[in-house]
Amino acid sequence: MTDLTDLTATDWDVVVVGGGNAALCAAIEAAERGARVVLLEGAPKPYRGGNSRHTRNFRCMHGGPLSVLTDTYGEDEYFDDLIRVTKGETDEALARMTIRTSETCLPWMEAHGVRFQPSLSGTLSLSRTNAFFLGGGKALVNAYYNTAEDLRVTVVYEAQVRHVDIRDGHFRAVEAEIAGHPVRIEGRAVVLASGGFQADIDWLARAWGPAARNFLIRGTPYNRGVVLKDMLDQGAESVGDPTQCHAVAIDGRAPKYDGGIVTRLDCVPFSIVVNKDGARFYDEGEDVWPKRYAIWGRLVATQPDQVAYAIIDSQSINDFMPSVYPPVVADTIEGLGQQLGISGTKLRETVDAFNAACRPGRFHATELDGLATEGLTPAKTNWARPIEKGPFYGYSLRPGVTFTYLGLKVDETARVTGTGGRYDNVWAAGEIMAGSILGQGYLAGFGMTIGTVFGRIAGQEAAAHVA
Amino acid sequence: MSLDIAFPLTATDEARRQVEICNACRYCEGYCSVFPAMFKERAFTDADLTQLANLCHNCRGCYHACQYTAPHEFDLNLPRALAEVRAESWERFAWPGAFAGMFHRSGVALGLALIAALAGLFWAISTLRPASGDGFYAALAHGTMVAIFLPAFLLPVFAFAIGLRRYWRETGGRRVTLAELAAALRDAARMKNLGGGQGQGCNYEKGDRFSNARRHAHQAMMWGFLLCFASTSSGTVMHYGLGMEAPYGPFAVPKLLGVPGGLLMVIGGAGLVALKLKAERHLGAPELWGGEMAFVLILTLTALTGLALYAATGTALVPGLLAVHLGTVLAFFLTAPYSKMAHGVYRMAALVRDAQGRTP
Ligand SMILES: Cc1cc2nc3c(=O)[nH]c(=O)nc-3n(C[C@H](O)[C@H](O)[C@H](O)COP(=O)(O)OP(=O)(O)OC[C@H]3O[C@@H](n4cnc5c(N)ncnc54)[C@H](O)[C@@H]3O)c2cc1C
Ligand code: HEM
Ligand code: SF4
Ligand code: SF4
Repeated sequence: MTDLTDLTATDWDVVVVGGGNAALCAAIEAAERGARVVLLEGAPKPYRGGNSRHTRNFRCMHGGPLSVLTDTYGEDEYFDDLIRVTKGETDEALARMTIRTSETCLPWMEAHGVRFQPSLSGTLSLSRTNAFFLGGGKALVNAYYNTAEDLRVTVVYEAQVRHVDIRDGHFRAVEAEIAGHPVRIEGRAVVLASGGFQADIDWLARAWGPAARNFLIRGTPYNRGVVLKDMLDQGAESVGDPTQCHAVAIDGRAPKYDGGIVTRLDCVPFSIVVNKDGARFYDEGEDVWPKRYAIWGRLVATQPDQVAYAIIDSQSINDFMPSVYPPVVADTIEGLGQQLGISGTKLRETVDAFNAACRPGRFHATELDGLATEGLTPAKTNWARPIEKGPFYGYSLRPGVTFTYLGLKVDETARVTGTGGRYDNVWAAGEIMAGSILGQGYLAGFGMTIGTVFGRIAGQEAAAHVA
Repeated sequence: MSLDIAFPLTATDEARRQVEICNACRYCEGYCSVFPAMFKERAFTDADLTQLANLCHNCRGCYHACQYTAPHEFDLNLPRALAEVRAESWERFAWPGAFAGMFHRSGVALGLALIAALAGLFWAISTLRPASGDGFYAALAHGTMVAIFLPAFLLPVFAFAIGLRRYWRETGGRRVTLAELAAALRDAARMKNLGGGQGQGCNYEKGDRFSNARRHAHQAMMWGFLLCFASTSSGTVMHYGLGMEAPYGPFAVPKLLGVPGGLLMVIGGAGLVALKLKAERHLGAPELWGGEMAFVLILTLTALTGLALYAATGTALVPGLLAVHLGTVLAFFLTAPYSKMAHGVYRMAALVRDAQGRTP
């Protein structure tokens, strides 16, 4: 039922804004409790599911082997991992509640159509902590849409919500544009689950500076933070660093939006990375890649034109996961520089200086091998093997934005707070409120955990409110 | 930069483009045998793609799970890309090459072959009527039947043998061990790769919902076919080995195998037709749709006419029905190496080859 007059005429119990993981969890929970639910997804059907459709796993606490998860992963260890990445920027009570609830989420997800698979080849380091979705996030999203449909949730695509009408702390309706037509949809409760604002480049540029215009957006072009901004303009309480976003270094040739997982590059530890002036700027071998993956977006973002180049030789070209675009290849370092658009002579000097600083020793691709440069600034502290065996390979790197932190502040029932205290009937879930727990940094698989935990709570609470 | 290229790619190059994207993604690893085989490589030769294409069972799980399907610029549609490569590979392997793809690409051609075979059989029955004989041998002498069907059976067997050899050469197969053969037979017997990795089935007739309907229909068809084949073989053994000639009673081995086999084929065939009508054509090779449909129909017809012939035992309908049944069987066998029937042969080969890859 996407008839516009039906939409406006119906007295909805719960209006869910967004169509990703958090929105779907909320819609399913509310519908299972008998609520009459409408879900408004801003994207057209083929792009439904926001950034959730790009995901591959969620991080899950477990006291013993659980589904595809091995061994145990307890609350304290999980919380320590979170503290390490957020450097304390979290709300401990909320974070611990999320972590504890994650354990009950896995069986719930399975019961609602999600299937899991053993950790993917090349991601063994996550097999204990993260449960991988069979087929990835799009398969998860499909399963939830089917479950929602079976529960008679009304799903509307291309429904861009522009304004949330709240008066005296009480939600009344959302104003949306559906396939170009303005529509007012009234309801007795609302769940806001429309993701972050990373696709609004102007907003990123205001927050971060003009450099952000050169960032690539790894996920959906539909998360422009329209609802978040509307809520903040109305005085909703915010949380999370408004000036920051989580960015990783991805292939510089990736599409501006929606390149997803395949544009990631795992070559950095086995390369030297230079900026467009041909100079190195950071220790490429600081730690194993999964642990350093996240800092390189920021590092590249501070280089001129927000671009960098990874230079590798034939000895190391097969030591990392294959890339989606083939590397640039040349027989000489000078030639490689030219093809990449950096000075060949300068690159030659940088490589020569690096090679001269390398010391003999055992190279070991999969562990910290301690093979470090001597007398070089910045040093390369592991995997420092001379770049001498042609042909030579190069990749361009650009910051790819995954996640924004600024969000709506919620309590442990996912309820949003406004100027006059908690709103009566407004809940939020997913990336739009994730800053409440993930104030900075990023923990692999935690985005989906937050969305699932708070989406479910929001759906339950909203349904209880209207019951 | 985008991955699209100005000139149209060959089927193999298009599959390579997509497989390289998958290899950087790996989300679909758990659906089938194709992905684990793929993820062992960093670069893909034409032969690698032939093997992956024949390993693929077109379950479509990886299409619906893919975040890169159109309108995304990466334009992933792996089930289709592999279907196109698969079809081309069968044509490359076909012997003699002049018939390559003839009945696979065209349902009309298969229909014409059927009509020609029927005409031939009617002619044989009306002009070569034997002086004596029991049951259907009264309509067509045993010797005449053997004269028609022995070559009609051996020719496709020979053609497939050559095709298999070509497949094995191209994909670099080694000498087959019993364990590898057993592994492949197990996978085929359960149609493992139509199971979605966890037994939930494939995405065929219900969009992105999983269903085992196609798997079950195929099981009925395949096992039914094998029962019918066993029935005919047992008849041959009884005739030559034991001196027991047809017609056989209802509890004789050929009947005990043939009747359930025929029923299974009809049920399976009806299911496959119904499912095929509901499925999205663009997730296979759309230009093969007619030839594939004709293939399901001719198999189903083979079984139906066989059952009808049995039901008509002792009536005046026997000569006519015999001509129809034998004509259908004849058309099926003679076209087999150049029709969709090739799929069973090359898919088996791919499963064996895959088992070799798993045991280095
Ligand atoms: C490439 C990539 C890989 C990732 N991998 C992982 C991973 O493996 N594990 C993990 O935990 N996290 C991962 N993340 C982070 C994860 O995607 C997010 O944390 C999570 O998807 C957020 O879920 P959500 O439901 O809040 O938002 P989304 O899934 O982004 O959904 C937001 C929805 O709101 C809709 N919308 C936006 N604005 C409006 C509007 N105005 N009106 C109506 N609808 C609107 C969008 O169309 C979309 O459907 C990844 C992110 C990216 C980019
Ligand atoms: C032995 C006799 C066999 C018979 C009679 C048979 C029959 C059929 C028929 C009629 C179809 C068409 C369905 C359609 O077009 O939708 C089909 C498809 C299929 N068969 Fe078989 N089959 C046999 C053996 C096998 C074997 C051995 C395998 C696997 C190793 C196999 C795998 C498949 C698969 C995966 C499909 C669907 C994919 C596609 O359309 O390409 N079959 N089969
Ligand atoms: S089909 Fe799509 S989701 Fe699946 S492995 Fe390939 S690129 Fe990834
Ligand atoms: S269509 Fe099915 S069998 Fe073929 S590659 Fe995709 S998931 Fe595997």
